[in-house]
Amino acid sequence: MTSTTIATANAEAGRACLRINRTHLAAIVLLAPAVVLFGVFVVLPILQALRFSFYDWNGYGSPSKFVGIENYSKVVTQRHFGTALRNTAFIALVSLLVQLPLALWLALSLYRNTWFTAFFRTVFFLPYMLAEIAAGLMWNFMYDGNYGLARALSDAIGIEPNFVLADPAWVMPAIAVVLVWKYFGFHMMIYIAALQGIPNDMIEAARLDGAKPWQIVRHIKIPMIRSALAVTAFFAITGSLQLFDLIVPLTNGGPNNASLTIVGFLYQFGVTRMRIGFGSAVSIVLFIICVAVSIIYQRAARMAEE
Amino acid sequence: MSNTPMEERRSFSSPGEIAGILVVAVFVLLPIYVTLVGGFKTIGELRTSPFGLPQSWTLSNFAAIIGGGQFPVMLGNSLFVSIATVALTVLLSSMAAFAMVHMKFFGRSHLATFFTIGLLFPVATAILPVFLTLRDIQLLNSLWGVILPQVAFGLAFAILLFRSFFAELPRELIEAALMDRCGYLGIYWFIVMPLSLPIIATVGVFTFITSWNSYLLPLVTLSSESQYTWPLGMQQFQGAYSTDWPKLLALLTLTLAPAIGFFLLAQRYIIAGLTGGAVKG
Repeated sequence: MTSTTIATANAEAGRACLRINRTHLAAIVLLAPAVVLFGVFVVLPILQALRFSFYDWNGYGSPSKFVGIENYSKVVTQRHFGTALRNTAFIALVSLLVQLPLALWLALSLYRNTWFTAFFRTVFFLPYMLAEIAAGLMWNFMYDGNYGLARALSDAIGIEPNFVLADPAWVMPAIAVVLVWKYFGFHMMIYIAALQGIPNDMIEAARLDGAKPWQIVRHIKIPMIRSALAVTAFFAITGSLQLFDLIVPLTNGGPNNASLTIVGFLYQFGVTRMRIGFGSAVSIVLFIICVAVSIIYQRAARMAEE
Repeated sequence: MSNTPMEERRSFSSPGEIAGILVVAVFVLLPIYVTLVGGFKTIGELRTSPFGLPQSWTLSNFAAIIGGGQFPVMLGNSLFVSIATVALTVLLSSMAAFAMVHMKFFGRSHLATFFTIGLLFPVATAILPVFLTLRDIQLLNSLWGVILPQVAFGLAFAILLFRSFFAELPRELIEAALMDRCGYLGIYWFIVMPLSLPIIATVGVFTFITSWNSYLLPLVTLSSESQYTWPLGMQQFQGAYSTDWPKLLALLTLTLAPAIGFFLLAQRYIIAGLTGGAVKG
């Protein structure tokens, strides 16, 4: 009897072991493809970029000419890099100060569910869906002083047609209009989701206490959607940091590099000329900015929660 | 239930508000409208009346593009890239998320941090090393050279969405299946995945749009026209027909119309994805 108990116990243990091994095997099968692909195309490249940024290298053979931080000093002193940084900051500011308030105002008007609000929500969200390349080309037409909106406007007020995209002073504001057009609906949707999460009793109670609509917005609705405000600010800034596709069909960075963004600069001076070291240094600068923005956002989001 | 009639009336109370909404709607729709009608116009008509309806609906621009040979090839390439990207992203991210949520193994929490790295920076940051890697493994100028990095960069967000969905699934379900000696792979495929159709749709639709619209990665990876995806082809068209607006607008219409149709059908999933991600992110 004892021996059979031991035998069963052994068998049980054996099966348990087998199951643990099987479990590990299953975990490996389930995780390995994602981990490998992510490692090869996301994590490794960033480490490689860090390494390459210390070399002068055209991509052929192996990087052998170590130059220290020379690439970084070249990036910082390249005069178009300053333009790219300024333009990126300008876009981020427009996103934060024009786009987000517009999105918030529309969200406050449209967050309740009726056919009217559903229709306009769909309309406002539509541009977000369209490819940047297509949206940029559409607006290139709108801005064409010989044909589009630009011509209609200048005819209406009786001036010579203006080619804003070819004018270094106007090109960035013109791009900012397209940016607002394309992305405000996205931010609006995030606000709407957050506003719909506010308990109705809360608003009702404030109204019964005699609070005016704008007081409810200021003291209840906006404080209640703090996290949504933080996340849209984060998206607005990271979106500005990676802006590129939309500008290609509009100006391709021109005129005279006046509308370069950080990624545009990286593409123009790093990728097309195969200057791996120089381009990698730009990548690392961009990476550091992105990480810094993420850290600041995490802190801000934690504070908003409390 | 929560919307009393009184409140609904209140939300329409201000005519100024409605006027503002209408102004924004015109701002949003005008470029789309001008594009959709522009392809039917002649260049002279486009110059004199860009905003009116076309006098006669000319189809020659559309016929020239569809019959041009290059356009169907580009759409086919884009479709292949997008479908493969969606299939791989959904499969790999759901597998990984399932293991991370429902299995206990060493280093589980570190793995979550590992994938979070992917949310920190855009593909542009890594574009040069990705290019070199693709060259080394002979995937340059191949559609798979676009698909694999796209999947890799989509994983972090997709895993995040799947993890929060899987965490809501009842644990008893998994435990009962384990008792029945159903292995983890079986549980994943036969029990969890069929319950996850809403999140699969959300991740799938979101990934599809990102892939369908993506530009930088194909630009760096693909060099011959036969491999071009449609955004590259459109760029090339713009270069070749820079002044032939009716033709360019017709091309835009041909690519926008399916995108708008898809959007109207899949809107629910798109919004679920972005608000779900925003809340978690």
